[in-house]
Amino acid sequence: MNWLNTTLILLAAFLAVFWEAAFNGARHLLGAQIDLLPPLMVYTGLCADMPTIALLACLGGLSFDSLSANPLGISILPLFICGLVISLNRDLILRDQTFAQLVLGLAGSAAAPVLTLLLLLTTGHTPLLGWGTLWQLAVMSAGGAIATPLCFELFNWLERALVHSRPSQSSFRPDREIRRGR
Amino acid sequence: MLKRAHYIALGLIVLLTLTILNLPNRTTARLKLGLGSVFVPLFGLAGSTHELAGQGGDLLVSRGELLRRNETLERENQQLRLQALRAEAIERENARLSQLLGWEQKQTRLKLKLARVIAREPSNWWRTVQLDLGSRNGLTDNLPVLSADGFLVGRLASVSLTRTQVVLLGDPNCKVGARVDNESRDTGVIGASGPLDSGYVEMSYLSKNANLKPGQNVKTSGYGGIFPPDIPIGQIVDSQSVEYGLYTVARVKLGANLNALEQVWVMLP
Repeated sequence: MNWLNTTLILLAAFLAVFWEAAFNGARHLLGAQIDLLPPLMVYTGLCADMPTIALLACLGGLSFDSLSANPLGISILPLFICGLVISLNRDLILRDQTFAQLVLGLAGSAAAPVLTLLLLLTTGHTPLLGWGTLWQLAVMSAGGAIATPLCFELFNWLERALVHSRPSQSSFRPDREIRRGR
Repeated sequence: MLKRAHYIALGLIVLLTLTILNLPNRTTARLKLGLGSVFVPLFGLAGSTHELAGQGGDLLVSRGELLRRNETLERENQQLRLQALRAEAIERENARLSQLLGWEQKQTRLKLKLARVIAREPSNWWRTVQLDLGSRNGLTDNLPVLSADGFLVGRLASVSLTRTQVVLLGDPNCKVGARVDNESRDTGVIGASGPLDSGYVEMSYLSKNANLKPGQNVKTSGYGGIFPPDIPIGQIVDSQSVEYGLYTVARVKLGANLNALEQVWVMLP
């Protein structure tokens, strides 16, 4: 993990928020917009350090709220809590398994909006809620679950393409070389 | 188990959240508009790409199809011209009769400004869109916004130099005083709707004796001071008595398709 990866994660968050505001295919088809920040936070929680998690929560949350009618800053804490919980248990999680990524994406994408809604209600706001909200949460969770392995694939590919990999240590030892000849 | 670094990070994030949430409204609005303006170039790029794609699509339309469309439009144009001539004659007659009766003529000419929708609400629990016009185009808070065919869409909520947020009908923060076009001219308040029914809103606080029938038109009443009277909103779908018969609530089908807004009119004062 290095600064390039952190930059890529933040750039991805910026583009994810733009995508959510500019393209509404999922909303027209399924009645809910899919949030891509929780899947990104799942990846960050598993593969990045604490400053990157905090940076993603702050910048991603603030960008999201700036284009939304949400009060500014309300999305920061839910995103950070998702990242923190995953980061604390990262040693116990098989992060390379697609199924684990799916389950974590599902849980993260369900938890982040629920926590945001709870915060909104706690701070005295009246968001649009009803039975349809359950369907919207289901769509967001399912969309987040699908997006999480794709997120891992994308970042693994970017890492292979952009980050310099250290040469693996050779097992060749000159003193063990078999010398042939007379 | 939380380590020291985790405690510090959590503490800082909680502190930051509390600080931002407790900032004065004006500062928060400015911060929001400032942060949101980072996305403006991307929205511009998306808009240009959309236009280019549309132009590319136009190139694929066959000559025969274009001629057919042209013919239909010419026919429609002739019909509209006839209607306009008739309307002009009626207007002249109306003006003459009003003059004879001594009524004061009120020439209410609407000042409208066309704006393009550049972004939509990314979350699912509010209903807003962003427009490509701002205060430098003469927009101010709370101006009514209409769809391309003249139905009410919402009102301007926060205006920056180059872009503006519109709170759409059905959002909990957009309440509109409305009147039903029936004999008793029943009035009520258009409020929030369900999270999934963006085509319908609820009209509440109607009189318990309101004479409501499906298909009756609903317009703005002018009460409340934000929306001028007689802007069409939609049509009554059904109604029911609530709060032990204290008042009636009606479901209204909006005339504007809020999911397909591309261009809107902002009504200037």
